[in-house]
Amino acid sequence: MTAMTMAQALNAALRDALREDERVLIFGEDVGPLGGVFRITDGLTKEFGEDRCFDTPLAESGIVGLAVGMAMGGFRPVVEMQFDAFAYPAFEQIASHVAKMRNRTRGRVPLPLVIRIPYAGGIGGVEHHCDSSEAYYAHTPGLKVVTPATVDDAYWLLRDAIDDPDPVIFMEPKRLYWSKDEATPGDRRASSFGRAAVRREGRDATLVAYGPSVPVALQAAEAAAGDGISLEVVDLRTIVPFDDETVVSSVRKTGRCVVVQEAQGFAGVGAEIAARVQERCFHSLAAPVLRVTGFDIPYPPPKLEHSHLPDVDRILDTVDRLQFDDEPDVLHLAREAS
Amino acid sequence: MPVGTHDQTVDDLLPAVVPVRFVAEDGTAVEPPEGYAAPADEQLVEAYRRMVLGRRFDRQATALTKQGRLAVYPSSRGQEACQIAGVLALREDDWLFPTYRDSVALVSRGVDPVEVLTLLRGGWHCGYDPATTRVAPQCTPLATQTIHAVGMAEALRRKGEDSVVMAFIGDGGTSEGDFHEALNYAGVLRAPVVFFVQNNKYAISVPLAKQTAAPALAYKGIGYGIRSEQVDGNDLVAVLSVLTEAVRHARTGGGPFLVEAHTYRMDAHTNADDATRYREDDEVERWESADPLPRLETYLRGRSLLGTEDIAAAHDAAEAFASRLRDEMNLDLETDPLELFDHVFADATPQLREQRAQLASELED
Ligand SMILES: Cc1ncc(C[n+]2csc(CCOP(=O)(O)OP(=O)(O)O)c2C)c(N)n1
Ligand SMILES: [Mg+2]
Repeated sequence: MTAMTMAQALNAALRDALREDERVLIFGEDVGPLGGVFRITDGLTKEFGEDRCFDTPLAESGIVGLAVGMAMGGFRPVVEMQFDAFAYPAFEQIASHVAKMRNRTRGRVPLPLVIRIPYAGGIGGVEHHCDSSEAYYAHTPGLKVVTPATVDDAYWLLRDAIDDPDPVIFMEPKRLYWSKDEATPGDRRASSFGRAAVRREGRDATLVAYGPSVPVALQAAEAAAGDGISLEVVDLRTIVPFDDETVVSSVRKTGRCVVVQEAQGFAGVGAEIAARVQERCFHSLAAPVLRVTGFDIPYPPPKLEHSHLPDVDRILDTVDRLQFDDEPDVLHLAREAS
Repeated sequence: MPVGTHDQTVDDLLPAVVPVRFVAEDGTAVEPPEGYAAPADEQLVEAYRRMVLGRRFDRQATALTKQGRLAVYPSSRGQEACQIAGVLALREDDWLFPTYRDSVALVSRGVDPVEVLTLLRGGWHCGYDPATTRVAPQCTPLATQTIHAVGMAEALRRKGEDSVVMAFIGDGGTSEGDFHEALNYAGVLRAPVVFFVQNNKYAISVPLAKQTAAPALAYKGIGYGIRSEQVDGNDLVAVLSVLTEAVRHARTGGGPFLVEAHTYRMDAHTNADDATRYREDDEVERWESADPLPRLETYLRGRSLLGTEDIAAAHDAAEAFASRLRDEMNLDLETDPLELFDHVFADATPQLREQRAQLASELED
């Protein structure tokens, strides 16, 4: 166990992957001597040489297209998009090739590659630096979409992503880069893909969150506990593959569900989760599944982002709307008994 | 202080002002250009056979659309010199990154014609194995394959293989951003890749003049530090000679090479297109007289490399090939709807397994 920041955990994961597998390569904009604008690739060029970690010309479609060709040629590229909104030039490559190559070729050409994207807001970034773009990728069949919320997960989910036989969009909540916690780099273990984590156990309602929203959900659960409400917090870790089982068993237990996401709400990942929960837990639900999301607006300027981002208050207000007072006694008693 | 950032001189990179040519439209030899060697006689005779077969395949594929056996077919009639020279310039261990228009090249490369036509027949997307054939899936999103080609070239170089990669692209595709990103990456990485532009004068209906203000597409290379050439795309001897030099250049560490072949798409964009809406018949007729096949035939006959019997044999072989293809394509296609779930991921997610089960039960009803 070592205390480190999420940025350091990601750096350690890249370093260990480079060390263990010579097919692993890192490239992107400023990832070489500079170590990336967030320093996630700090020191890698120095340790492994320009051959293994290198700067590319400034062109995102080119970065991803090059990764496609190199993965076809037997390498395992891990590329960095500098910011969420600057990955858009690569969208055609991602949607038409990265996501589809295995399928188009009947399984003959897999593309084991990772596209790392620092995403979402909360750091006072100016426009085009704070988009929550996960839904675009999650909506594209053939992509795995991963987003860590803890320091230890940052290390292990990135290792899992690099080892995965399929392309992974690895979304790094940039406001958590400087969060510090224990991490456990070390011997390989089974992949955590498709396995959500219950971060806090609770009785009265389930908060489902991922990436940057997990710490906010945990704070809300802490605050609610003070008011006598016991909230369970589920961290998805991987949006694709989605862990229905963990989410469903939590909601069946608590009978109430709030989905928390920082992204704008309309047609977002939270909408998918809400639909899945009500399809599977209808008879266990004592209230409609509610969502706490950003508003359906372009990401706000730095001085206004706090009005947009879901915070503890917005989550608690939403929990309040879970119709605790309306609950028929019989349901309540049944749950108490179980 | 030198002003440039590289040691190559501008003249080394620039294409010839007039497209390279070995054989005139009437099949007579012209003064050979400097810097390019004439291909071996046997290779030219082999190219002739392949062009005859390629054209027959192309005609057969178009016929198959009329019978409803293919959903659509983009013909390359008139572009056979490019299709065949592109393949002959490569070794078996080189890679090809083709477009939807390049089926004739794939067949000439030895890819099973039924597997080539899988995409257009509708049984799956890519029907052949790219890993064993070293032919990437035929690419439809324009120009996106050119940057994959650079990545593959870089991968081969790193693995110490001396294979090269050839990326095919059309004139319209050179306007796409990915083409420029690919040229730039290839230049910076000095990747062993040859970009082969078949300028057939149209992108569906849009003529070249609306596509670019460049004096020729081959001039797009110099801005990226890439050696470039333009060639008469209906002169097999010239295309093969220039591509052979381009491949040699790439293979021996000279870096990427861009070749523009001036040719013409004789048929409509696909069988579903109506070319009379955007071009005049007399333009098409003018290009008939530049047809690459009779040109090569006359040239080889003139040099006594090809006799009447050889010509007949080439056509017989092409007929036999077409007849086999027809028979195979007339068999009803076997498909398995449940395979739809097999290749999304290495291991299907629980959600895909559920959906697979759902479709399976729908199929039972
Ligand atoms: C990115 C993209 N935009 C549009 C199309 C639709 N489209 C298919 S072929 C074509 C014309 C391409 O012309 P050119 O590159 O000259 O190749 P040719 O068809 O003449 O061989 C167009 C516009 C496409 N396939 N991909
Ligand atoms: Mg064209």
